[in-house]
Amino acid sequence: MKVEFRIYLGIGLFVLVITTIYLFWAREYGGATMLFGTAGLGIMPALYMGWWRKRMDPRPEDSKDATIAESQGTIGTFPGHTIWPFVLGMGVFFSALSLAFGAWTLVIGGALLIFAATSVVLESRRGGLV
Amino acid sequence: MTIAEEKRVDHGSDDHGHNEPRGIYQWLTSTDHKVIGKSYMYTSLVFLLIAGSMAMLIRIQLTGPNNHFISQQAYNELFTIHGSIMLYLFAGPFAFGGFANFILPLQIGAPDMAFPRLNALSYWLYLTGGTTMLLGFFTAGGAAAFGWVAYAPLSSYTNAPGVGPDLWIIAIALTGFSGIFTAVNLITTAFYLRAPGMTMFRLPIFTWNMIVTGMLILIAFPILTAAMIMLYADRHLGTHFFTVAGGGSPVMWQNLFWFFGHPEVYILALPYFGIVSEIIPVFSRKPVFGYKGLVFATLSIAALSTGVWAHHMFTTGTVLLPFFSALSLLIAVPTGIKVFTWLGTMWGGNIAFDTPMLWVIGFIVTFVMGGITGVMLASPPIDFAVHDTYFVVAHFHQVLAGTAVFAGFAGFYYWYPKLTGRMLRERLGKAQFWLAFIGFGLTFIPQYLIGLRGMPRRVPVYLVSDHVTFLNRVSTFGAAITFLSFVVWLVNLYVSWKKPVKASGNPWDGHTLEWATTSPPAHHNFTSIPPIRSQRPVWDANHPEYADYLESHDPKGSKSSERTKKQ
Ligand code: HEM
Ligand SMILES: [Cu+2]
Repeated sequence: MKVEFRIYLGIGLFVLVITTIYLFWAREYGGATMLFGTAGLGIMPALYMGWWRKRMDPRPEDSKDATIAESQGTIGTFPGHTIWPFVLGMGVFFSALSLAFGAWTLVIGGALLIFAATSVVLESRRGGLV
Repeated sequence: MTIAEEKRVDHGSDDHGHNEPRGIYQWLTSTDHKVIGKSYMYTSLVFLLIAGSMAMLIRIQLTGPNNHFISQQAYNELFTIHGSIMLYLFAGPFAFGGFANFILPLQIGAPDMAFPRLNALSYWLYLTGGTTMLLGFFTAGGAAAFGWVAYAPLSSYTNAPGVGPDLWIIAIALTGFSGIFTAVNLITTAFYLRAPGMTMFRLPIFTWNMIVTGMLILIAFPILTAAMIMLYADRHLGTHFFTVAGGGSPVMWQNLFWFFGHPEVYILALPYFGIVSEIIPVFSRKPVFGYKGLVFATLSIAALSTGVWAHHMFTTGTVLLPFFSALSLLIAVPTGIKVFTWLGTMWGGNIAFDTPMLWVIGFIVTFVMGGITGVMLASPPIDFAVHDTYFVVAHFHQVLAGTAVFAGFAGFYYWYPKLTGRMLRERLGKAQFWLAFIGFGLTFIPQYLIGLRGMPRRVPVYLVSDHVTFLNRVSTFGAAITFLSFVVWLVNLYVSWKKPVKASGNPWDGHTLEWATTSPPAHHNFTSIPPIRSQRPVWDANHPEYADYLESHDPKGSKSSERTKKQ
């Protein structure tokens, strides 16, 4: 985790320096605000990873001479094929279109969204065909 | 749905993969990163053809002086949607949604992306976003016509009434979310799903570039989406963010847009830099030269690109010229370092000029030209003279064609065997390359001169007295040749589909883990992973006598060791 942590920290601190220079040189606050927010986007994940780095077991993917056999166990769980991301996408699509075409598409979109969101959660719970 | 517990296997047990659906139902329901990656790729290539046809209409309009082939309004719609598709729906999604999705998990030895269902949702947001943008053409007022940058006040409700502009705003917001989700997914995958021994500094450069692109997306896209929401509010909800009358500021739009916009150009470029950084070592039979230098160059491009946005706004008179000019010149340094490491990798290598490598060389030539003119534009005295002329158009088309087209097709020819298990024809590929190379050169190099003669961009009609007729004819002729190159590509796809030539798992004698599995890879990717002891695990496994982890070795490998026979 060390490298991952340092990348984020490095970018965050660099942008913080740029922000300071920009703030005092240009005295333009719109840009300075965006730069400051960007610095935060680097520093926040860095803090998260820095905090976890101290508390987790060393990982075989960070070790130069780990063997493939070392992680023979479970890597994680991966869902198989499912229709719900598609339905969710259509829900977002129709809801967004209502910004151009008026509220009637929101009815379709909203219904699809609720339907898909509940289904996808249930699907994770049961872990089987829903 | 089934939820499979994935184990790191080194034997061939893979039962849960066999009930995956096929055909349209697979396209609709798959959460496999390889299926989603391919969907992204083919969708974005369709968008490329659509936007390319629009470009042909634009070029036909510009063939001669006083031409009235299409109306002013149609012209404005065409260049707006041409640019918007190319930047938002082709160049980015092709590499970052397509190649990255397919290749990155393979390169790090992962069974899939970290969040497969989110990955599928990203694709649907991208497809529906793209559709939304095209819907504009079918509305009464036509599609958006204010350029891909949607400058205020051109994009206000008074100046751009109708549904078309709203659809454009929605389209950008939808694809923006799609990009953000993909970025989160790719970064998490690269940070948490690597195979044992695959340390960060053994990651292939392609994977590195995707991580950095993802970080840039997370910086830039939320600002774009926020700007879109503000624009929509100005248009319909009575706010005044960008209207002078209400106390807002149009220049604020430019600040917001370019704070996204300059990182965006690197979001478009970095994935393609990653592609060429994979291809050059393989076809030079050497490890990549200056690995850490390349990684740090990529990271510094990302960091610096947050502080250069206003070089697009020099002529507004509201920006601190020395600050933005200095940072813009600075960003050319890591870009230059990259070019040198590519040349350094080729230097003294045993170079094979197969089709992917030809495209890479086309990329380097085109990109360097566009990069140099970019550095010229970063100096305000020059920019004041040529801002908003065809000089700028030539600059960004050379950098973008260099990356998204030349490096994009390099990657397409390189990984197509892995994607499909079939080879593309070398001869057709080379013909396509030369047509594209000559075509793009003839289209855009004259545009530098057209710009220097003062022809402004985004204007449909010029006069005989402007002295740009001949140059414009050359440019249109070049565009026609480019168009032909795409026809050759379609023929190549058709031939490889109808008369398939089977590809082995590792047809190019590749270096990285994607070449350690079959072509196309099985569900959940690997039946076995070779030990990872360097940046080139597959090379090490296939050439143990020249492995990178040995103390002393000839990095090129023996010249006599046969390259794998290929079509
Ligand atoms: C070598 C570093 C680069 C520098 C110093 C640079 C500099 C510039 C400058 C100063 C402009 C504004 C010109 C004007 O509007 O008057 C510009 C425009 C542009 N550049 Fe670059 N550039 C570089 C690389 C790139 C790359 C790698 C890409 C994309 C792959 C790119 C894409 C663009 C685009 C799309 C525009 C036009 C935007 C518009 O107004 O529509 N540039 N560049
Ligand atoms: Cu820029």
